[in-house]
Amino acid sequence: MTGRTPQQGFDPRRRRFLSAAAAAAGVTLAPGVTFYGVTAAGSAAARAPEDPVTSSVRWGLLVDVNKCREGCNACVTACVEENGLRGNGRPETDAQWIRKVELRDPSTGAKRSLPLMCQHCASPPCVDVCPTGASFKRADGIVLVDKHICIGCRYCMLACPYKARSFIHEVVEDQKPYAPRGKGTVESCTFCVHRVDEGRTPACVEACAEAGGDAMTFGDLNDPDSRISKQVAAYVTDQIRPDLGLDPGVRYRNL
Amino acid sequence: MRRTTYREITGQYVGFYGLMAGLGVLILLSLAAAWHMEHQGHHVTGMTNQIVWGMPHVLAIFLIVAASGALNVASLGTVFGRTWYKPLGRLSGLLALALLVGGLAVLVLDLGRADRILVAMTTYNFKSIFAWNIYLYTGFMAVVVVYLWVQMERRMNRFAPAAGLVAMIWRLVLTTGTGSIFGFLIARQAYDAAVLAPLFIAMSLSLGLASFNLTLAAICRGTGLELGDGLVSRLGRLMGVLAAVVLYFTAVQHLTNLYAAEHAGVERFILLEGGVFTALFWVGQVLLGGLVPIALVFTLPAGRALGRVVLASILVFLGGIAQIYVIVIGGQAYPLVLFPGKEVQSSFFDGVVMSYVPSWPEITLGVGGFAMAAAIVMVGLRSLRFLPESLADAALDPHHRAAPTVAEEKAPA
Repeated sequence: MTGRTPQQGFDPRRRRFLSAAAAAAGVTLAPGVTFYGVTAAGSAAARAPEDPVTSSVRWGLLVDVNKCREGCNACVTACVEENGLRGNGRPETDAQWIRKVELRDPSTGAKRSLPLMCQHCASPPCVDVCPTGASFKRADGIVLVDKHICIGCRYCMLACPYKARSFIHEVVEDQKPYAPRGKGTVESCTFCVHRVDEGRTPACVEACAEAGGDAMTFGDLNDPDSRISKQVAAYVTDQIRPDLGLDPGVRYRNL
Repeated sequence: MRRTTYREITGQYVGFYGLMAGLGVLILLSLAAAWHMEHQGHHVTGMTNQIVWGMPHVLAIFLIVAASGALNVASLGTVFGRTWYKPLGRLSGLLALALLVGGLAVLVLDLGRADRILVAMTTYNFKSIFAWNIYLYTGFMAVVVVYLWVQMERRMNRFAPAAGLVAMIWRLVLTTGTGSIFGFLIARQAYDAAVLAPLFIAMSLSLGLASFNLTLAAICRGTGLELGDGLVSRLGRLMGVLAAVVLYFTAVQHLTNLYAAEHAGVERFILLEGGVFTALFWVGQVLLGGLVPIALVFTLPAGRALGRVVLASILVFLGGIAQIYVIVIGGQAYPLVLFPGKEVQSSFFDGVVMSYVPSWPEITLGVGGFAMAAAIVMVGLRSLRFLPESLADAALDPHHRAAPTVAEEKAPA
């Protein structure tokens, strides 16, 4: 028998060795390869299109705020480009799936800069309040909007504690085929689900790495060997508004 | 007991068709506004990604809440057996239906995809209070239709108390549902409070009765129907009590929040530093929408109650719009607290108090809901026997002449 299921013959040391070997081979043999390819190994494994999404995976994102530079907007630019979020020069109504938030502690003057997007909560309020079920959470933890049954009531926008959702206020043109959008419906960060389903990482994560920040780690929180799982196990990380008990899939380190 | 005779409004009452034409124009304008918003997208409104619910929601919520309260008079007659109010039960039910239809029309026409109304009617997420409300609203209409039928069909009159009880319980649940749309929002500082459900019930009772009083006064003026001073005084004083209950729950809402340090910011915003919201709260809701009308209805001059009760009802009506504006818009204008204790800044207006200016399409759409409700009432009055022959005090209560207020006024004549 040559196939290997997660239960059979699983050897973490072998897996780590292979991951390291793959990383080394990648860096050595293909200097042009982007860094995301290394981080993706072992974390964002491809799922065959015919296979259902399962809850054995919980996609998560870790942001190391110490590495996130004030003024760097690479993740935002990549998101806009990837998902075709061209604005109309009206910041109050233009969609933003990810934004840079600058924090300042008024008592000490300490500053922080971090990206904020849909936190892909385990208990998402947007899903709870949606009257039609258009807001939904996939089994792997990615929170999405079904554009076919969203009636545009915007109740999810009121319910989201992170202000992560945008209503499409105008006609959208030149849409990306993998990121359908429509006037009169609500949308938010999809974790670049089209890329994740192909075994790739979200565009923001890739762009952050390319920009030299490497502040974002994407991966399977359920896989103890994924880079993100190791990091959240090794370091203290924070969720935004943990008091709400929503268990966001996005964590922050050094917040 | 004397049996009340009911009638349609007949003949060419001055203004009937003129008023219907005026309402028709308003309805057409509101449909045009909805089409404009749908066609252009919501960027033509004052609503944004920060203030996601605007003037249409304020006015729609007013209409829905008032619809529930408009049934007060019917409940008083059939459930509590108050003979004064019994002849007005039919009108009470008609107004409740009309206000609800008007409110729902505004709410639906504001949807980003109003064309998907069938999706909203067939695809449900039962964890959503919004989905529950769709059932509560449509169910309320069905309950009120049955309630009207058992009131209007003499053979069914014996079921009126039972139908009235069901309708009363239903409207309490309905308004609980409407208040819970905000009460269940854990994310926002201004919401996330159980007291919003009873507050909305109190608002419905008060605003619904104010709407009923104004409707009744307009009908009597337009049709020449005699309106007894004793009845008007009773309706006015009852509204005063209900307006006081609204003030009570408002006080509880804000005092509870003030006690919790985490809510100090939003309370300072609404009560002190919120500009238009602070003014609307203190002057619009509390003073003009609460204290003044309460004072007016509890100092009614004997025999001349109508003018004051109408003025008080207008004030309660407008104060209610101010209150819902403060709750809906003010609650969104205050920024979400994502990082307590930190100053925040972003391209998405984090940490910024948002301003909101309602646009003409929004206002026109909302006003259309009121016009639609008024038109439904007028068509109803002309088609079916909703109105009693007389609302003179003596017709309502044979013993009324013994009451000192009226007796004193009429004695010299």
